[in-house]
Amino acid sequence: MTEDVIRLLTPEGERIEHPDYPLEVDADLLRRLYRDIVLTRRTDVESTALQRTGELGLWCPVLGQEGIQVGAGHAMRPTDYGFTTYREVGIFQVRGVDPVELLHLYRGVTHSSWDPRRVGLGIFTIVIGSHALHSVGYAMGIQRDGADEAVLSCFGDGATSTGDVHEAMVFAAAFNAPVVFLVQNNQWAISVPVTRQARAPLATRAAGYGIPSVRIDGNDVLAGLAVTRTLLDRAREGGGPAFIEAVTYRRGPHTTSDDPTRYRDEAELDHWASLDPLDRLRRHMERVGALDPEFVAAVDAEADALGELLRETIRGMEAPDPLRMFEHVYAEPHRQVTADRAAMADYLATVETS
Amino acid sequence: MSVREFPLPDVGEGLTEAEIVGWRISVGDEIAVNQPIVDIETAKAVVELPSPFTGRVTALLVAPGAVVPVGTPILAVEVSDREPVLVGYGVGHEQGRRRRLRGANAPQQGGAGRVESAAPQQEVTRLVPPGKPMAKPPVRALARELGVDLSRVTPTGSHGDITRDDVRRAASGNASSPAPIAARPVRGERVPVRSVQRQMAQAMVRSMTTAPHVTEWVDVDVSATMALVKRLRAEPEFADARVTPLTIAASAVIHAIRRTPIVNSSWVDLPDGSAEIELYPFVNLGLAVASPRGLVVPNVRDAGSLSLSGLARAITEVTERAREGRLTPSDSVEGTITVTNIGVFGVDGGTPILNPGEAAILATGRIVERPWAVDGALAVRPVMQLSLAFDHRVVDGASGSAFLADVAAYLHRPPH
Repeated sequence: MTEDVIRLLTPEGERIEHPDYPLEVDADLLRRLYRDIVLTRRTDVESTALQRTGELGLWCPVLGQEGIQVGAGHAMRPTDYGFTTYREVGIFQVRGVDPVELLHLYRGVTHSSWDPRRVGLGIFTIVIGSHALHSVGYAMGIQRDGADEAVLSCFGDGATSTGDVHEAMVFAAAFNAPVVFLVQNNQWAISVPVTRQARAPLATRAAGYGIPSVRIDGNDVLAGLAVTRTLLDRAREGGGPAFIEAVTYRRGPHTTSDDPTRYRDEAELDHWASLDPLDRLRRHMERVGALDPEFVAAVDAEADALGELLRETIRGMEAPDPLRMFEHVYAEPHRQVTADRAAMADYLATVETS
Repeated sequence: MSVREFPLPDVGEGLTEAEIVGWRISVGDEIAVNQPIVDIETAKAVVELPSPFTGRVTALLVAPGAVVPVGTPILAVEVSDREPVLVGYGVGHEQGRRRRLRGANAPQQGGAGRVESAAPQQEVTRLVPPGKPMAKPPVRALARELGVDLSRVTPTGSHGDITRDDVRRAASGNASSPAPIAARPVRGERVPVRSVQRQMAQAMVRSMTTAPHVTEWVDVDVSATMALVKRLRAEPEFADARVTPLTIAASAVIHAIRRTPIVNSSWVDLPDGSAEIELYPFVNLGLAVASPRGLVVPNVRDAGSLSLSGLARAITEVTERAREGRLTPSDSVEGTITVTNIGVFGVDGGTPILNPGEAAILATGRIVERPWAVDGALAVRPVMQLSLAFDHRVVDGASGSAFLADVAAYLHRPPH
């Protein structure tokens, strides 16, 4: 991959400077990034296991993409707002959302349980690319409020083929909206390789909208942080939208229902495993002496506790009353919903729970 | 101490069953939470299941190869009672709550030969009362439109539901004609057709319905091949390969293609109705392998460029990976000609079906000592039968026969 990408850490963990994207890095920042990647990965591993033991209906693995997600999460200010797909576990980790909250949706308990206004992140969006429009709408609202905020809009390579993303970019450019589009190009839209959807690098598409773009190494957490932060700052200051293509790789299945061995080679997987974002950060921290054994042990213990918490909480989670789903469709009573609710209640009266 | 059971989960959004491919643990093993314990194959994928418990395995409740419904206990683990019972995971929780119709008869299916089971079996919730025809709303709409009474229609849908075609048949007065497949009474055990087998079935039907097959046979005295195999096995160059008569047969095929390249080609239908024959300048030699998951046909890339030892190694490598179920999708695409060794099953010959898109396939039979006339006298010789099937759109009888004769001549007198 990735010879023409911006990178601040080589795969060997060596720090390199980029004139456009300076970044002050100290041991404390490195440790926070490390912790967030480790905990993101644990949430991912544990959730996959919970799905495989029948506790979750579905899970969308993150393995391999934690670098760009954690980097981008750290680039956001608390007042910024993010719209994400269903795979941005790393950003939620950085923004302090309890990982248990992410699993409500996948257990089918509720659509979303965090308060988007409090955490500054919208709900997991399943419909591919639709939230690119929400992102631009929110960013246009920021303009009208005169607020000192920006929007991070996260989607994948597959979403760039949708009409919604096209419309979003047209509007973002037309209104000079303070939004940064962050595409995690993980090479595969389920079983369709990115090379089938795009004959040129995705980043080059942005030029057609008049939106500046960059292509970065998505497995380099420092590049993810520096580039996203620079472009969010630029958007906040009235510089308008920007487009980041983070070149990375989904090493797991698209979802737990997918079998990637049917469409891709093990050699490809091995190649990307050698570019693992956590290994890269670890090597760098070893080089600069920021990775002492006590710290590593403490993070590992924290990850173990997180795993146990997820297991226990999810297994104990009760199924909601089926009639609850009718309660928040409209703010006020609605004739059709009332009728649907009554029909469901009638049906439930004919079945018993064993 | 208490024993917990692990019911087979639905790992793929609405699956109803899975096949146990193989256990990674044995009775008596101490296992930990999240340790991989078993591989299962669903209609969607082969996946590895982790253990939900820490403890000692007391029983593997389902044997490899068995297909069991979701919810069937597959594993029993003795766990320490000193460990905190996971919240909501103790007695009474089981596999979540399920609903059934009040008063409905709820038979408890035995799971894979088990008599008692702690967790209730999965049941199908009947949303439609017995006797009422099942049909999806668009089908009901069609029936209304065509004035068809659904209760008089024979359903052929996979779930016993009425399809659009059923309604149309009924509307055209054919309702009483015997409905296909689903209406056939079940007299034996029905086994679902799964991924590899389904792919095989589709490939075979496609091949047989598009390519006119011709099969030719020849018997060949393989004394010299047997001697060569024996000699090569002792050579250091062949130390890391499994040399067999199949190795020499593969080499014979590559050799014979040089004189009759038309067998290493494809018939290509063009969108305008015309056709072309694509001749390949390389040989991607397919090998039909009986793998645990069924018939697979990986190929050795550019086999013609390999030395005999290189060919032997490549065949060994790809067949081993096939048998271990470690093939990747790219192993089985873009083959140009195939060899299938049916002799390993103890038979002499057959009429092989072409791998779709290819023009020829050679079957090698068993090698058996037979009376054989040599220089006017009777001798006992190891004899193998070769069966060659070819696509008669591409290959004519003269070319097919020349190719087969060349393969036979090579095996009779290998030039090594």
